[in-house]
Amino acid sequence: MTMLGRLIDGVSVRVLILLGVLAVALLIAPLIAGDYLLTVLILILYFAYIGQAWNIMMGFAGQLSLGHALYVGLGAYTAAALYVHFGIGPWLGLLVAVPVAALAGAFIGFLAFRFKVGGVYFAILTIAVCEFARVGFDHLAWTRGSSGLFLPVSQYSGNDLWHLRGRPVMFYYILLAATALAFVGCRALLQSRIGYFWRAIREDEEAARSTGIDTFHYKMIAVVISASMTSFAGVIYAFYYNNLFPEQVFHISRSIEIILGPIVGGVGTLFGPILGAFVLTGLAEILNNVLAALGIDLPGAKQVFYGICLLFVIMALPDGVWPWLARRMGLSERSK
Amino acid sequence: MSTLLKVEGISKRFRGLLAVDRLSFEVPKGAIFAVIGPNGAGKTTLFNMIAGVYTPDGGTITFRGERIEGLTPDKVCRRGIGRTYQIVRPFPALSVEDNVIVGALLHRNGVVDARAHALDVLRRLDLYDKRAQLASSLTLPDRKRLEVARALATDPKLLLLDEVMAGLRPTETDRIVAILRELNRETGLTIVLIEHVMRAVMALAGQILVLNHGKPIAQGEPQAVVHDKAVIDSYLGAEALS
Amino acid sequence: MPAEIYLNVAVGGVLTGLVYGLMALGLSVIFGVVRVVNFAHGEMMSIAMYIAVVLFSAFHLDPLLMLVPVAAVMFAFGYALQAGVINPFITRPEHSQFLLLVAVAMIIVNVLLIVFGPDAKGIQTSYSYDSFQFGKLIVDATKAYAGLAALVVAAALFAFFKYTTLGTSIRACADNYTGALVVGLDVKHLYALTFGLGAACVGAAGVVLVLIVDVTPSLGHGYTLLAFVIVITGGLGSMPGALLGGLLIGLTEAMAGLLFSPSAKSMFSFAILVLVLLFRPQGIMGKRAA
Repeated sequence: MTMLGRLIDGVSVRVLILLGVLAVALLIAPLIAGDYLLTVLILILYFAYIGQAWNIMMGFAGQLSLGHALYVGLGAYTAAALYVHFGIGPWLGLLVAVPVAALAGAFIGFLAFRFKVGGVYFAILTIAVCEFARVGFDHLAWTRGSSGLFLPVSQYSGNDLWHLRGRPVMFYYILLAATALAFVGCRALLQSRIGYFWRAIREDEEAARSTGIDTFHYKMIAVVISASMTSFAGVIYAFYYNNLFPEQVFHISRSIEIILGPIVGGVGTLFGPILGAFVLTGLAEILNNVLAALGIDLPGAKQVFYGICLLFVIMALPDGVWPWLARRMGLSERSK
Repeated sequence: MSTLLKVEGISKRFRGLLAVDRLSFEVPKGAIFAVIGPNGAGKTTLFNMIAGVYTPDGGTITFRGERIEGLTPDKVCRRGIGRTYQIVRPFPALSVEDNVIVGALLHRNGVVDARAHALDVLRRLDLYDKRAQLASSLTLPDRKRLEVARALATDPKLLLLDEVMAGLRPTETDRIVAILRELNRETGLTIVLIEHVMRAVMALAGQILVLNHGKPIAQGEPQAVVHDKAVIDSYLGAEALS
Repeated sequence: MPAEIYLNVAVGGVLTGLVYGLMALGLSVIFGVVRVVNFAHGEMMSIAMYIAVVLFSAFHLDPLLMLVPVAAVMFAFGYALQAGVINPFITRPEHSQFLLLVAVAMIIVNVLLIVFGPDAKGIQTSYSYDSFQFGKLIVDATKAYAGLAALVVAAALFAFFKYTTLGTSIRACADNYTGALVVGLDVKHLYALTFGLGAACVGAAGVVLVLIVDVTPSLGHGYTLLAFVIVITGGLGSMPGALLGGLLIGLTEAMAGLLFSPSAKSMFSFAILVLVLLFRPQGIMGKRAA
């Protein structure tokens, strides 16, 4: 079978049509959308991409990371610092940023999996390392500590793709490409030998080991891939926002934002992270607009409603929105 | 016949309790070998030592001429020992087919090859028609056969079966007995089973080892063992023979 | 620096640590029995802190006198939360429970923000600037009272679990869920009671802590994390471990603040956590799982 043939093997026609419509809609969206809608879409794609990366660890291999802001931050800071200090562009910076994040992931994975730190303990360990990084970067002079690292900004008439200096629409297409690649890549991974072994580990680690799977090895692969993928989003984050503060980048609420999408969308599914990003970011923006229209200007009001909606979604749909929607629409993702 | 598995003087102690006490036995290649004995006799502990879950406190385990005691479970499996659990643990959210593909992938790189092999194994175990179901939706007898299928898909030379007949109705027991006997005859697979269902043991085993308090109290041909006085006193009871 | 500064800071750290310990005790009780990781723990504490602040500014009620009533209110809150929201989640996977409590925390933080605004609020008692002097050792009166109160509440909780029938049934429930069901214990009710007790603990800790620390709506998550660090350091499910972990972390934070910088405090507590996870995953007082 060809690569393409294998990728779409077992996918129903309806899913393929759905994917096609989604792809076309996202490709032409910037032509129709105004500035505001474009920034919202950028945010959605950003979370869809990172959610996909996080899902590799939790959804595929069953390792709950609550510290993914670490890899975003390491990617962002590495690329930004190389740019500010040496004028090294983001694409070359990636060559350093990705290995740095991968190493951090490997470090956490090695400690946790060697010393058999699992479940809740593993989650807390990932938070701890991220907090560690937050305080560390607060005191790191090379990245300007707590006063923040700023990238030089000016008005851009064109888009310099090589230096990632330009208007939002450029970031939109980069994130769209990344999200599409991540989607296809994750499907390929899930259907490969690694994907089967990951899911076996997720389901029952001891049984997986007695089926001959070197669980340490495959869990390490999951962390390293997930961390590397996430750090790319960090690089984009740095060049999109142009300022980095440890207090914001490594904050635990960043890690939580990352995982809300895939959990609400459906952990372990390929569409979950994308759908979750749409649902949650969409919900937040709708709440913004509704509250503004009602003339309610209370700081915190939006988050209260958001929290309540979140509560209802997870109470009503324990497996996430996608598995429910797929059932309703008669689609099913065969390799869950 | 050459020896496939050789256990020499292995012991395991848990918090002062001696679960297995200097146990030795040999399993010839191609044999069906049963381990019986009352609850707490150390049977599952013995399996866990062979399968690499526990490291013996002393003694050696030799498989195909190589020492394997203390290896991790995944390494033991890759050497050619497959196992099932007393309390079944298939991968619940995976389909029957995917469960077995996981096993088949151990010695195959391609998923396509692995799937073909998995389907062969499923046919052998009468699970082919249920291949698309989630493992969690199966009945207990089906889950037990699924565990056997998953272990079998790893192409073991030796299969360790921990009470696969327990909790099954006689017709289901007979079905598994038939499948296992066929496997053994056609592929030369060596099987070591822990079993309480004497009907299955008598039908399958060429050799029986009886354990009590971690020690062997009898070993030999089925007919000889079940008439052994020590075995009757400590385990079978006289009514088992009637 | 003269040696007594170290001693003074250390004693202050230990006293604060007792309050941390009480807070962590609440978390430990909840996890030990209900097996739910309460990611809204610090946020629940900030509710209690605000109640204390309101009672103080409106009626000049001393927080130490309000300890029992506020703890009772928090007990009711915890009971309702477990019975109404968390119970359906006890059989769900960890990430699902985590998300639920994150949502609860988000609601708490922002309701507090709407009601009280973003500014820090504190309590100035008549003894806020008092101190006791023992030779060269100087102890803040507020910290001394706070530490003492925390100790009393913790002792009461220990006594409850050891000497009352209800406490014993809850412990039975923690040891063996199915067994508890079999002997006919109303597990859901016991879970809710336990969550209530945990909430009362953290509520009492909040009332005491507000003597030492000003409260803001977003204060909670930092303390949630701190409670985790303490509980895992001390040993999940071990009540003495939680108190001991609290002492250790309180002391570490105080010394780190003195020797390095106050902003590096959390780095040291997290370093302790990582070391414990790696070399003694069951925690200082925890029993090794078989």
